[in-house]
Amino acid sequence: MSPHSITTHDHYLNAGYGVRSWLLTTDHKRIAILYMISITFFFFIGGFFAFLMRMELLTPDGDLVSAETYNKLFSMHGITMVWFFLIPSIPSVLGNFLVPLMVGARDLAFPRLNLLSWYIYVAGGLFTLAAMIFGGVDTGWTFYTPFSSTYAHSNVIPVVIGIFILGFSSILTALNFIVTIHTMRAPGLTWFRLPLFIWAMYATSIILVLATPVLAITLAMLGVERIFGVGLFDPALGGDPLLFQHLFWFYSHPAVYIMILPAMGVVSEVITCFARKKVFGYKFMAFSLLAIASVGFLVWGHHMFVSGQSAYAGMVFSALSFIVAIPSAVKVFNWAATLYKGSISYHTPVLYGFGFIGLFTIGGLTGLFLASIAVDVHVHDTYFVIAHFHYIMVGGAVMGYLGGIHYWWPKMTGRLYPEGWAKFAALVLFVGFNLTFFPQFILGYLGMPRRYHVYPPEFQVLNVLSSAGATILGIGYLIPFVYLIWSLRHGKNAGANPWRASGLEWQTTSPPPVNNFEETPVVTGEPYTYAEEESPGG
Amino acid sequence: MGEHRIPVAHQFDDSVQQRSAATLGMWIFLATEVLFFGGMVLAYAVYRVLNPEAFARASRVQNILLGGINTAVLLTSSCTMALAVHAAQHGQRRRSVICLLSTMFLGLAFLVIKGVEYAEKLHEHLVPGIDFRYAGADAGAAQLYFILYFLLTGFHALHLTIGIGLLAVLAVRSALGYFSAEYSNPVEVAGLYWHFVDIVWIFLYPLIYLIQAYR
Repeated sequence: MSPHSITTHDHYLNAGYGVRSWLLTTDHKRIAILYMISITFFFFIGGFFAFLMRMELLTPDGDLVSAETYNKLFSMHGITMVWFFLIPSIPSVLGNFLVPLMVGARDLAFPRLNLLSWYIYVAGGLFTLAAMIFGGVDTGWTFYTPFSSTYAHSNVIPVVIGIFILGFSSILTALNFIVTIHTMRAPGLTWFRLPLFIWAMYATSIILVLATPVLAITLAMLGVERIFGVGLFDPALGGDPLLFQHLFWFYSHPAVYIMILPAMGVVSEVITCFARKKVFGYKFMAFSLLAIASVGFLVWGHHMFVSGQSAYAGMVFSALSFIVAIPSAVKVFNWAATLYKGSISYHTPVLYGFGFIGLFTIGGLTGLFLASIAVDVHVHDTYFVIAHFHYIMVGGAVMGYLGGIHYWWPKMTGRLYPEGWAKFAALVLFVGFNLTFFPQFILGYLGMPRRYHVYPPEFQVLNVLSSAGATILGIGYLIPFVYLIWSLRHGKNAGANPWRASGLEWQTTSPPPVNNFEETPVVTGEPYTYAEEESPGG
Repeated sequence: MGEHRIPVAHQFDDSVQQRSAATLGMWIFLATEVLFFGGMVLAYAVYRVLNPEAFARASRVQNILLGGINTAVLLTSSCTMALAVHAAQHGQRRRSVICLLSTMFLGLAFLVIKGVEYAEKLHEHLVPGIDFRYAGADAGAAQLYFILYFLLTGFHALHLTIGIGLLAVLAVRSALGYFSAEYSNPVEVAGLYWHFVDIVWIFLYPLIYLIQAYR
C-alpha cells in the first residue's frame, strides 16, 4: 500500500471494482470517466490522421500518400475530431462529472439515459471506425453534395449512419443537463448564484438539442439520396445542392459554439480561482454565453459567401457574424478585468486559461476577417480558414478541455499530478500549437488552398515550420497523457479542496462519494467568494 | 385504491421534483423532434416554392378520402389518449387501460390505412428509387414531391410505431397497478409524445394531400 493511498473514505471509485460495476453504472461520475477514456481514444486516432497529413506536407510533391489517400486523411481527421472528440469533450466528460456536483444534486435527472448516451456514443464511434478501417471516406467532414451523394466512391453511407447514431448521444446528454439545471438545484442555489460553468453547459445544451436533430435529418436525406439514387440535392434531378449546405451549416456553425462555450465556462472558473477574485461582471458573463448561443444560430450563411447565395443574404449573414463578436469580446474583457489587480498564482490550470484567452482572441479576430465578404472571397478555402478554426477549436476548445482536466483532476481522482511536468507540458503545447498554425495564416493569405496534398515549392518553408510545430504539439499531448496516468497511483493525496476554490464541487471529499454529498448543501450567497489574502494551495 | 407508495428515484428529493423533471425532459425532447421534422418541412417548402405547378399536379394522385379518414382516426386517438391521462390521474385503472388500448388500436388502424396507400403508390410506380415512372412534363419535380412524401410520412409512421410500443408498456403497467392518482406521470408524459405525433400529421395532411384543394 503506497503512502498516499486514498482509502480513508468511501467514494465512487472504490464503490465497486468489477467490469459490470463500470459498464452498468448509472453514476454520472463513472460515466464521465467512461467518456474520458473513449474520447481520448478517438483524439489520438484523429491526431494520427493529422500527423500523416503534416508528414505528407513536408515536401511540395505527393511522395508519402496519394491524392486519394490524402482526401481520406483530412476527411477522417475532421470527422473524428469534430464529432468524436470536440463535441463530446467538455460536456460529456467535465459536464457529466460536474453538473450534479455544482448544482448540489445526487446525480443527473435521468441516470439511465446518461448511460445510454455513452453506449450510443460507443456504437456510433465503432461503426464509424469500422467504416474508416474498411475503406474510409473522402468527402471532407462537410459531406457537400452532389460530391457525397453522386460522385464519391468511399464509405459515405456507413460514416453518415455512425454520425447519425452519435447525434442521439449528444441530444440525451444535453437534455439531461437542461432538466437537471432547471429542476435539481440545491436549496438557495438561484439562477444567478450558479457557477458560470453551469451557465456554459446550459447554453451549450440548448444548442445541442436544437441543432443536432437538423444534422440528423440532413444526413438522413443525404443517405436516402445516395441509396435510392433520387435527386434530393442533385441539380441534375431537380434538387438544390445549396439546400444541403444551408441545412448542414445550420447545425455545423452552432456546433462551433458547442465546442467553445464549454471551454469558456472552464476558463471562467479557473481564472477567478487563481486570481483570487470574484469574476468581473457575472451577469454579463452569463448573458453573453446565452447571446452567443442564440445569435450563433443566425450566422450559418457566412460559410456560403462564394456558394452562390444572394448578395443580400451574404450581407445579412456578414453583419450577424460581426454581432457574435460583441458577446465574445465581453467575455475576453471580463476575464482580463478579473485578472486585473488579482493576486495571481501560476498553477497549471490557469496557464491553460491564459493560453485560451490569447489563442481564442486570435481565432476570434481572424474570424472577423472571414466574416467580411470581400476578404472571405480572397481567402476562402485556403489555409487561412484552416488556421482560423484551429485557433478556435484547438487553441480554444482543446486548451479549455485540458485546463479543465487539470483543474478538476484532483477532484475526479483524489490525486495531484506533478506540477512541474504539467507546467512544462502546457508550455510545450502553447509553443507547438502556434508553430503549427501561425504559418498557416500566412500560407492562406499567400493563396495556398486547403485539401491538396501537393503545393508549389515556394510554400515549403512555411509548411516545414508547420509540420515541425505539429510534432512538438504531438509530444505536448503525450506528456499529460503519461503523467496523469502516473498520478493515479503515485500522485500526492489531493484533499477535498487543493486550490481552495469556492463552488459546491469542492465542498465534498475527493473523490466524491457515490451520492456526491453527505447531506444536501444549502447555498446562501453568490459564487466566487474569493478573498485575496488566501492563496490557492497545491 | 388503497395505499400507494410513489416510486421516487434516488437522485430526486421528492415526487414533485421527479414529476417536473420528467415533464420538462419530454418537452425538450419534443423540441428536438420539431427541429428534426423541420429539416424535412424546409426541404419541402423550398422545392414546392420552386415547383408549385408540379407539386400540385403530383398531389392529385393522393387518395384524399383515405388521408381524411386517417386524420379523423388520429384525432380520435388523441382524444382517447387525453381520456387515458385523465383516468390515470384520477386513479381509474380500468378506464385508463381501456383508453390506452383504444389509442393503440387507432394508431394501428392509421398504420394499416397508410400501408394501403403505400401499396397503391408501389402499384402505380410512384415510389422513387423503385422503378419510378411518372407521366408528365416535370417528372423530376414530381419525384422530389414523392421522396418528401415518403420521408415525411415514413418518419411520422416510425414515430407512431414507437408510440404504440410505449403505450403497450404503459397499458400493461396500468393493468398491473403501477399507477395511481398520486403517481400517473409516465402516462402524462407518453400523452405529450402522442399528441406531438398527432400534431405532426395535422401539418402533413394539408401539405401533402390538399395542395390542389386550396389553390
